[in-house]
Amino acid sequence: MKKVIRIISFVCALLIVLGAVLYFGAVLQDARLDNREGHLLCGYYDTTDMHDVIFIGDCEVYEGFVPATLFEEYGITSYVRGSSQQTVWQSYHILEETLERETPKAVVFNVLALKYGETPLEEISRMSLEDMEWSGSKLEAIKASMTEEESLLSYFLPLLRYHSRWSDLDGDDFKYAFDKHQDITHQGYLMQTKIDPVDISDNRQPDDLLNVALPKRAIEYLDKMTALCKEKGVELILVKAPTNSIRYYWYPEWDAQMVDYAEKNGLVYYSLVGKDDEIGLDWSQDTYDKGLHLNVYGAEKFTSYFGKILAENHAIPDHRSDAELSAIWGARIDAYYKERNGEK
Amino acid sequence: MSFASFEFLAFLAILTLVYFIVPKKVQWIVLLLGSVVFYAFAGLVSFFFLFFAIVISFITVQVLGKRHAALKKYLEDTKDTLTKDERKAYRAKHKNGSLLIVCIGILLLTLSLVYVKYLSGFSFKNGVSFGSGAISFGSTLLEVMGISYYTFISIGYMIDVYREKAAVEKNFFRHALFVSFFPQLAMGPISRYADTGEQLKTPHSFEAKEAWCGLLRILWGFFKKLVVADAIAPAIGAIVGKQLGGIYFILLCLFYSIRIYGDFTGGIDIVLGAAQILGIKLPENFNRPFSSKSTAEYWNRWHMTMGNWFTNYIFYPLSLTKTMQKLSKWGRAKLGVGVGKRLPVYTATIITWLATGLWHGIAWNFVVWGLLNGVVILISQELNPLYEKFRAKFPKLWNSAPYQSFMAIRTFLLMSLIRVFDCYCDVPLTFNRFFSIFYTFNIADIWNGGIMNIKVTATQYIIIAVGIVIMTAVSRLSIKRPLRETLWEKPILGNAVLALLCIAILVFGSYGLGFDASAFIYGGTFN
Repeated sequence: MKKVIRIISFVCALLIVLGAVLYFGAVLQDARLDNREGHLLCGYYDTTDMHDVIFIGDCEVYEGFVPATLFEEYGITSYVRGSSQQTVWQSYHILEETLERETPKAVVFNVLALKYGETPLEEISRMSLEDMEWSGSKLEAIKASMTEEESLLSYFLPLLRYHSRWSDLDGDDFKYAFDKHQDITHQGYLMQTKIDPVDISDNRQPDDLLNVALPKRAIEYLDKMTALCKEKGVELILVKAPTNSIRYYWYPEWDAQMVDYAEKNGLVYYSLVGKDDEIGLDWSQDTYDKGLHLNVYGAEKFTSYFGKILAENHAIPDHRSDAELSAIWGARIDAYYKERNGEK
Repeated sequence: MSFASFEFLAFLAILTLVYFIVPKKVQWIVLLLGSVVFYAFAGLVSFFFLFFAIVISFITVQVLGKRHAALKKYLEDTKDTLTKDERKAYRAKHKNGSLLIVCIGILLLTLSLVYVKYLSGFSFKNGVSFGSGAISFGSTLLEVMGISYYTFISIGYMIDVYREKAAVEKNFFRHALFVSFFPQLAMGPISRYADTGEQLKTPHSFEAKEAWCGLLRILWGFFKKLVVADAIAPAIGAIVGKQLGGIYFILLCLFYSIRIYGDFTGGIDIVLGAAQILGIKLPENFNRPFSSKSTAEYWNRWHMTMGNWFTNYIFYPLSLTKTMQKLSKWGRAKLGVGVGKRLPVYTATIITWLATGLWHGIAWNFVVWGLLNGVVILISQELNPLYEKFRAKFPKLWNSAPYQSFMAIRTFLLMSLIRVFDCYCDVPLTFNRFFSIFYTFNIADIWNGGIMNIKVTATQYIIIAVGIVIMTAVSRLSIKRPLRETLWEKPILGNAVLALLCIAILVFGSYGLGFDASAFIYGGTFN
């Protein structure tokens, strides 16, 4: 009898430990997700409609392209699949899972992330990866993104990564641990309404470029994106969004490599750095962080500019006459303006 | 592969499974292969030195074994033809030959140890610096996992065979297993052939009790290491890094003692627990050291296998050398009987402690640490008659709990103070910070929030304090018999403890990104 009790109590102990690992893992993982930028990818999985354009990339994408504006002005249906410091390998795997679900007419990839040959920051990378739904693509994205100190196991058992945050917990973390995360984006676009102009007295110059060539690993993944789009019959458009910061400085040498790459692979590359006047950007009004990223006013101008390119050069259809789509997008546009006008 | 890692747990689980599945005859081969795999993680250079130690010790014990057998046979064959004196002379001559062989073996292994630990980074360009910090012979020393431990195990075995206190293992691979048994490679214990030699050869059946107790012991080791020792480590780093003095020096002494206790005993718990799951009982290395009432007692309870090794293979042989006997005679004649009697013991004690210090590393802090230990032990011995008189005069007071506690606390503080030389790795700086107690005590920092500025938060202090209380309680509950064995008898409570321990480690442990839990103090620094 004692033997039976021993076995049952041992199995119970293991189950309790497993339960605790899963429960505390969820609670502690959630505690770190107070960051808005940890919820940029999840909303896509709830969408049921198809899109003509998918934007892929990092902050310059999710704070630069406004799907609501694109539909409002050009009738283009689109979704932004971007996350903070999204590397090219993450973009590739996110594109992979996106193309499993739908076949857009064009994929627009912002090339800024090509400057990274390694995952720059583990915590940011993890934030993006954990926001993805589990799939083969996510697993591959994790493997490609993991830094040396990380373990794959910690992606399955988040407690192993976030256990040290127990002292930061509050009651809400326990309350909402298992709630589904709310989509805070507008079709993947993260709205920033603040205005914080570029500091014109800041005369810092970009560092000298030590390695002219973009990292080999980044180019390899760009090759994979190109091949995947060709295989799926989707046009891949390369773009470099405008910026006014030293941190995200886009060197002319990199730009030249992109021009070459596009030419060799039969792609179109739009370098929009320095085209502020053409776009109509005013860096005293159109940025929320001193020129690093666009705010909603800058993003609308940029989207409006780029929408014209998409409509005219790439024949992306106008769906505004489609009653069903107009109704869906009308609701989205209303929600967008509610937040823009501070009503939300 | 660190003991404090999931890799090690996975490795142990797989090895255990294979170990108990294969036919009993080949279990020892599984252990040997497991040790090879474990050691392979340390790299080819490490492997080479381990192999060298195995080969040298194997050849030495084989030659010694053959000489013992030949002597026995010769004495047997000539028992009717040789006189007693002739037999004695032959035996002495033979013994000298054996001594020479064992000395060559010891020399070769010592040279390899000295080379790796002290000389491998030597370059004439860098020269030899005898500064205040490390005694540097160069810049980068080789990193060879566990060389101090397996070298001592091998030397001990060769001496035991020479003394005919251990059987000669004739199978090279079994011998290799004895020297390289993986759990004891990284941080000890330093086992003798009598401890493990036979056990490693003997077939073992799976014993649920041993496996459960071993598992609980491993978890307990993780708790001590990850929840307590590694959690207090940032405070130690901050105090040392900022060279804080006064009350912080006292905190440093206490924190470092807590850390090294949790780290080292925790590591040994993992080692012994892992071996226990496989049915192997390795010698204990600690026996509630912080309850010691004197320095000598402390060293009988702390890192016991190292203490035994130095006593058996350095202190006793040294005390009994002809030189020491001559020294004693000279002392008696020139300095009086009392001094003459003490001279060899004192000299051997100081040399032994100096060697112990240098074994930990070639740095002045270890030299001073070793010498201080020796000196304190000798002073304690000298004061013993005084203590005995006090004890005889006030037996009630002596045996009272407060006085016993006073002695334990006094020993703890004294050892903590000596141990703090490890922290600064700089003798003058350690003294400087020690004397700061007398001119900038700053006790107000305890309550004005100063101690919160040394990289440990209030909640972390609470967790560490709770951990220390639990460690103390477990230590007290394990005086007669290990608590895990008591818990085995009460399965529901035992498994509840196991679950709580797991959860506490996983939630409160210092591991993963942002922590460096992989390095054990004794497994890393003292390779």
